[in-house]
Amino acid sequence: MTATTEVGGPGAGRAEVGKARLRKEDRHLITGRSRFTDNMVLPGMLHLAMVRSPYAHAKITAIDVSAAKASPGVMAVLTGADVAAEQGSLPNAWPITPDQKAPAHGAIAVEEVAFAGEVVAVIVARTPAAARDAVELVDVSYDELPVVMDLEEAFTDKVLAHSSLESNKSATWVFDSAEAGTGSSVQEAIDNAEVLIERTFYQQRLIPAFMEPRSTVVDPTGEQITVWTSTQIPHILRLMLALTLGIPESKVRVIAPDVGGGFGGKLQVTPEEAITVLAARRTGKPCKYTETRSESLQAGHHGRAQVQRLKLSATRDGTVTGLSVNLLADMGAYLGLVTSGIPILGAFMYNSIYKFPAYRFECNNVFTNKTWTDAYRGAGRPEATFAIERLMDELATELGMDPLAVREKNWIRHEEFPFATVAGLEYDTGNYEAATSKAVELFDYQGLRAEQKRRRESNDPIQLGIGVSTFTEMCGLAPSRVLGSLSYGAGGWEHAQVRVLPTGNIEVVTGSSAHGQGHETAWSQLVADRLGVPFENVEVLHGDTQISQRGLDTYGSRSLTVGGMAVLAAADKVIEKAKVVAAHMMEASEEDIEFTAGSFSVKGTDTSTSLGEIALATFAAHNLPDGFEPNLDSDATFDPVNFSYPHGTHLAAMEVDTETGRVSIRKYVCVDDVGVVVNPMLVEGQVHGGLAQGIAQALYEEAVYDDAGTLVTGSFVDYLVPGAPDLPHYITARTETPATSNQLGAKGVGEAGTIASTPAIVNGILDAVRHLGVKDIKMPCTPSRVWHALQAAQTTGGVQ
Amino acid sequence: MIPSAFDYAAPTTVEEALGLLAAADSAGDDVKVLAGGQSLLPVMKLRMADPSMVVDLGRITGLSGVTDDGDSLTIGAMTPHHVVASDPLIARHLPLLAKAAATVADPQVRHRGTFGGALVHADPAGDMPAPVLAMGATLVIAGPNGERSVDAADFFQGYFTTAVREGEILTRIRVPKFTGWGAHYEKFTRVSQQWSIVGIAAMVRVEGGTIAEARLGLTNMASTPLRATAVEQALAGAALTAEAIAAACLHAAEGTEPASDLNGDAEYRRHLAQVLAKRAVLAAAGL
Repeated sequence: MTATTEVGGPGAGRAEVGKARLRKEDRHLITGRSRFTDNMVLPGMLHLAMVRSPYAHAKITAIDVSAAKASPGVMAVLTGADVAAEQGSLPNAWPITPDQKAPAHGAIAVEEVAFAGEVVAVIVARTPAAARDAVELVDVSYDELPVVMDLEEAFTDKVLAHSSLESNKSATWVFDSAEAGTGSSVQEAIDNAEVLIERTFYQQRLIPAFMEPRSTVVDPTGEQITVWTSTQIPHILRLMLALTLGIPESKVRVIAPDVGGGFGGKLQVTPEEAITVLAARRTGKPCKYTETRSESLQAGHHGRAQVQRLKLSATRDGTVTGLSVNLLADMGAYLGLVTSGIPILGAFMYNSIYKFPAYRFECNNVFTNKTWTDAYRGAGRPEATFAIERLMDELATELGMDPLAVREKNWIRHEEFPFATVAGLEYDTGNYEAATSKAVELFDYQGLRAEQKRRRESNDPIQLGIGVSTFTEMCGLAPSRVLGSLSYGAGGWEHAQVRVLPTGNIEVVTGSSAHGQGHETAWSQLVADRLGVPFENVEVLHGDTQISQRGLDTYGSRSLTVGGMAVLAAADKVIEKAKVVAAHMMEASEEDIEFTAGSFSVKGTDTSTSLGEIALATFAAHNLPDGFEPNLDSDATFDPVNFSYPHGTHLAAMEVDTETGRVSIRKYVCVDDVGVVVNPMLVEGQVHGGLAQGIAQALYEEAVYDDAGTLVTGSFVDYLVPGAPDLPHYITARTETPATSNQLGAKGVGEAGTIASTPAIVNGILDAVRHLGVKDIKMPCTPSRVWHALQAAQTTGGVQ
Repeated sequence: MIPSAFDYAAPTTVEEALGLLAAADSAGDDVKVLAGGQSLLPVMKLRMADPSMVVDLGRITGLSGVTDDGDSLTIGAMTPHHVVASDPLIARHLPLLAKAAATVADPQVRHRGTFGGALVHADPAGDMPAPVLAMGATLVIAGPNGERSVDAADFFQGYFTTAVREGEILTRIRVPKFTGWGAHYEKFTRVSQQWSIVGIAAMVRVEGGTIAEARLGLTNMASTPLRATAVEQALAGAALTAEAIAAACLHAAEGTEPASDLNGDAEYRRHLAQVLAKRAVLAAAGL
């Protein structure tokens, strides 16, 4: 049984936590005083431009760089052959099976290219223009090879994406609840099913499309190589660059200055980063590379790209008895940092908030001649959530039940927590009833159902549908032991340091570096409350491996639940240290010192001293207890014991113009339960942005290639990212069921909106047109696709 | 996003500009005329266009603005879209043009991009050609042998191709007044700021309870803008009812040759043309 309150509950008594503070980082970000990597200018800095393959699969037979080298301003031209001995192979840190197959992945292709946009040479020149001009002068001879673009075709191995591999299959990963001891046999459930829902869903390929294109500056002068780069992962990058390029880790410093968004797209060790290091080392000069938007779309990693074959068994009363998932996951041409593990992150989420007893998941990772895929907001979990939420609607339709009723029949009731799931996780807390009833009320569910009925009866050209999505996700990545059991190459802890300056000001050093989330504000609120100091007196330092020496960076909605906890633990150690000095100063015993609101007092007296006074006394060190080191600084590393499980209920009222196929969002209500909230404004921002990206998958975005392997959606003219005018006014609300996996009770919010919204939108569209005979529409549900689906349903009498 | 190096000239008169074009032509230079630059500069930055010289019309006075000639308005080729969208004379006498201009791209593009530039660029998905065609405008082109006037019906010759020849400059557009006509530009896109998937420029003159005259231009239904003449004929004299308009607009796809692309195939575009024509005419007629 878990306690759920409306917003403002547990946080209400605290001074800072729970307060909708404006972001302290915004002043410099919105007044142009930002320090993005491309703003960096170093003396004598050279500029890079990449020569990229126009072919998706080809042998490189010759590269003539003589004209480029002779071009004005060009200092060097490097090909794959030039750097083959030192470039190593870019890392895949998540070999999901011991026999996982992967091609070598040099930053610059040496013999063969496997996707259009792969780097074959780099120009190093005095100006960006000189570098760009020389790109045209590099003469690369290719022997074209057959390409395999379609995932299902790739699985047949008729055409190989890499000549060096015997198969396109990289790995097969299976979870079976009967074998794992977490449930019963799916085959039995399917054999005994009263109702069997079999569907295939396509998760189209998406492009993260962060606002700031990737940029890297490398300074090789001095003892260390310093790398400024637009990344989510300065710490992991430092380690991986060192390992990949054979440089001692201690000789690499990575700085992530202001970073303009990532969405998983900057959770990568990129070829371009490695190439910039190679070029700087080769020339001995600082080097800068900033990609164009076209390069970003073509060569930055993509996301999703899965085919999901699903079987859901149930009884006629709507009780789900089992789920079988058979997945094809498109790796693209290479395995990036965590490419192969992305579908596995979804494996634990197909059962979602439901308690059916049998589950089997099989994933086949497959290579194609496309840009490689990797983390994109939600990473595996949106795909899983889409599948199960679409299936629940299909089941409701099959049985003539209300989609909410089917869900309620199957979800874990709030008194059943903690709950061991069929996928092997333990959900600590949750209250699906509370979030759902609040959403239903805000949505006017019954009123919209009545309107839907009227529109159907009057054959209105604008049909109305209601899309339901009740989701949960695992985030707060992650307990290190769990990651170890999944063959992930690192742990999931996070580090923090809290330093008390002589003035009493506080420096917080965090390993979790923000790229737009607002960590500086949230961490300041946390520490201000814990240490009883003013919010303004807290400075948050991050994103530089020389300042923040340890960390595992920002992804997977982990910052607050893992990094924030490390900050609190470090602050608690500061208090313990300060107590020793306070006792000494006030000539009392340590046991008698009480700490409240920034003040240390002696129990039962009115004698007290402040943290600031203690800090100054510690700094002076004139009169400290024997053996006490003169500082209050403290380090802490937090490793969670469990994931956290945000959940929520999203309801979308979708209007479909049956004449044009245009879909519009009439009303969108989401009630999210992300546990205890530190800053409601930051949470609101994360929810809004997440919804936009989830809606974008449902309606707008798709990376499309032609048969030859060229990315057709190579600019924002064709890759349609919705803007504010294309999105509705959201009605957002929260319930608050604190997580028990961390002291704070927080659960994470970065991915919730993206995970929940895609199925809500598509379920809503289908609910609007299913009575006209439409069974399914592939994402993105473009007007053209919706109209064609309606036409097909009409001409075939309801069977598409 | 760095274009190749190119020479740049910014003449202050049309004569000077024509002289530069002629000189470049005889020297064998690949010359491009820069108006607002909203189409030219992106393709240059992507190196899809690689001119050796750019002649910028931005400093020529007298190529921008709207004048009243009695029966017609004359609009300078360098008039930005936002002026076309907001000018009171255009709003009163050429409401279709104002409405179409307001749908072009986004505010930044509408302030930099020009009416004439959009017409000479002649993107089949651009919004300005179809209204110009529907209104029977006359386009005035300056060249080495003086000025010539071309009817809109002869101006748009193909995919990104117009009657403006090398060495010539479109200077102004003369449009007969349609004072008192109802007008609407129905633009269909997937996101708010996008080229038209299909666009319908519609004008109607209503007399009593009937449609006396109608003019329709179609955007992106072929390599050039088209007149929907079959719809115009069916609407002439038709009753001012939704049913009559819908029936007439079933002809909207006749004679069209739309392309297929990511936003829709030709079949979908033909269907859209009918639906959108109906909506455009209904809106123009105030129904």
